[in-house]
Amino acid sequence: MVFEDDWMNAPHSTGTTIMAVEFDGGVVIGADSRTSTGTYVANRVTDKLTRITDKIYCCRSGSAADTQAVADIVAYSLNYHENQTGEEPLVAEAASEFRNYCYNYRESLLAGIIVAGWDEKLGGQVYSIPLGGMLLRQEVTIGGSGSSYVYGFIREFFKKNMKKEDCVEFVKKTVQHAMYHDGSSGGVCRIGIIDKNGIERRIYFATDGGSAIQAGN
Amino acid sequence: MSSIGTGYDLSASQFSPDGKVFQVNYAAKAVEKSGTVVGIRGKDCVVLAVEKIITSPLYEENAASRIYTVDKNIGLVLSGLLADGIKLLSIAREEATNYRMQFDRTIPLKILNERLSAYIHAYTLYSAVRPFGAAVILASWDEVNGAQLYKIEPSGSSFGYFGCASGKAKQQAKTELEKLDLKNMSTEEVVKNAGRIIYQVHDELKDKEFKLELSMVGKEVDGLHRIEPSIWYEMAIEAGNAAKKEDDSDNEV
Repeated sequence: MVFEDDWMNAPHSTGTTIMAVEFDGGVVIGADSRTSTGTYVANRVTDKLTRITDKIYCCRSGSAADTQAVADIVAYSLNYHENQTGEEPLVAEAASEFRNYCYNYRESLLAGIIVAGWDEKLGGQVYSIPLGGMLLRQEVTIGGSGSSYVYGFIREFFKKNMKKEDCVEFVKKTVQHAMYHDGSSGGVCRIGIIDKNGIERRIYFATDGGSAIQAGN
Repeated sequence: MSSIGTGYDLSASQFSPDGKVFQVNYAAKAVEKSGTVVGIRGKDCVVLAVEKIITSPLYEENAASRIYTVDKNIGLVLSGLLADGIKLLSIAREEATNYRMQFDRTIPLKILNERLSAYIHAYTLYSAVRPFGAAVILASWDEVNGAQLYKIEPSGSSFGYFGCASGKAKQQAKTELEKLDLKNMSTEEVVKNAGRIIYQVHDELKDKEFKLELSMVGKEVDGLHRIEPSIWYEMAIEAGNAAKKEDDSDNEV
């Protein structure tokens, strides 16, 4: 049968757009919501912003199975660590743990992860862990297939220490541009704002005109 | 009821009728015979000092050290059986490396203390092992947590201290430490007091020769644990010699 190849056997993968930006007092993380199985959209309302601790989240791209598994393992380990020490884990500690898995299993994993969050020691932080398992702290980073379309946009419009709402606007626009141009990104734009009080979640629909409507929290 | 543990002191896994684990008491005795060690926590430093008794002139100068570095800003000092202490040092270093491997940063002293205490305590529970005949003092300084000082006994119990001592002249050293206002003490004062106390508690009649060993971790040594940093070490020896001279002149009168 002609239809059989591709989506019937293809693995679920988050052909994705994800990003994270440090701002004055925290971080803003963003992602599209498409999970594809080849060309078939398996889920159009996926949540790729995954909780590790109350103030540390990760943005997942690559294989949905691999990234979910790694995120679960790290979340478990950091929860254990938090119980043992009685202190909230640092973002750098979470990133280091993600890196260890991504690097040690680099031959078998398909995972591009951004770790972002807030801690008492260094405030808002963004760490990117691309395919080979490198760990790099950045003020702004993008990932997933959609990110290739928006490197220019980021370079032009990113500014250090933006105000919170300016930062949200910047992330929203970037993700929406990526969703527009990238076939494997789409759905809604999910945004999380993490600061010393925890996370605030938002959803922005992509409307016909390209402008956005804010939906509940 | 005899408290010389007739029959009840052969194993660490059995209590005596009056509630003692004699093997642990004997381990503490081994520590009491050791040269005196002190740990002093000042405003932004911790200083470790040791009265290293030299039993023979044939040893090299640095033989049988009691102060070691566990991680870049963590110092450890041993009292009691040296070989037992060295094993604990290697466990402490292993814990520090494992933590760094997993989380990409130095182990917080609080956690190192918990892990090492649990390890030492485990050796007071089973008949197949004997407790460690060593006490351990841990010291660190960093920008976030400031100066920290812990002491672990052979029983595995541990506490945080402003100043602590172990070994032969533990009681005398503690009396000296209690006189000081450690919380607000400058690095210079802490170093001088460390030198003074070790020289003062040294018993010239019982043990002839000794060497002062000293290390520090704190703001004024770039947040690193440094063993015998020259300027500070000389300062401690000077304070020690001065104290000794004063003692000697007192005796003449």
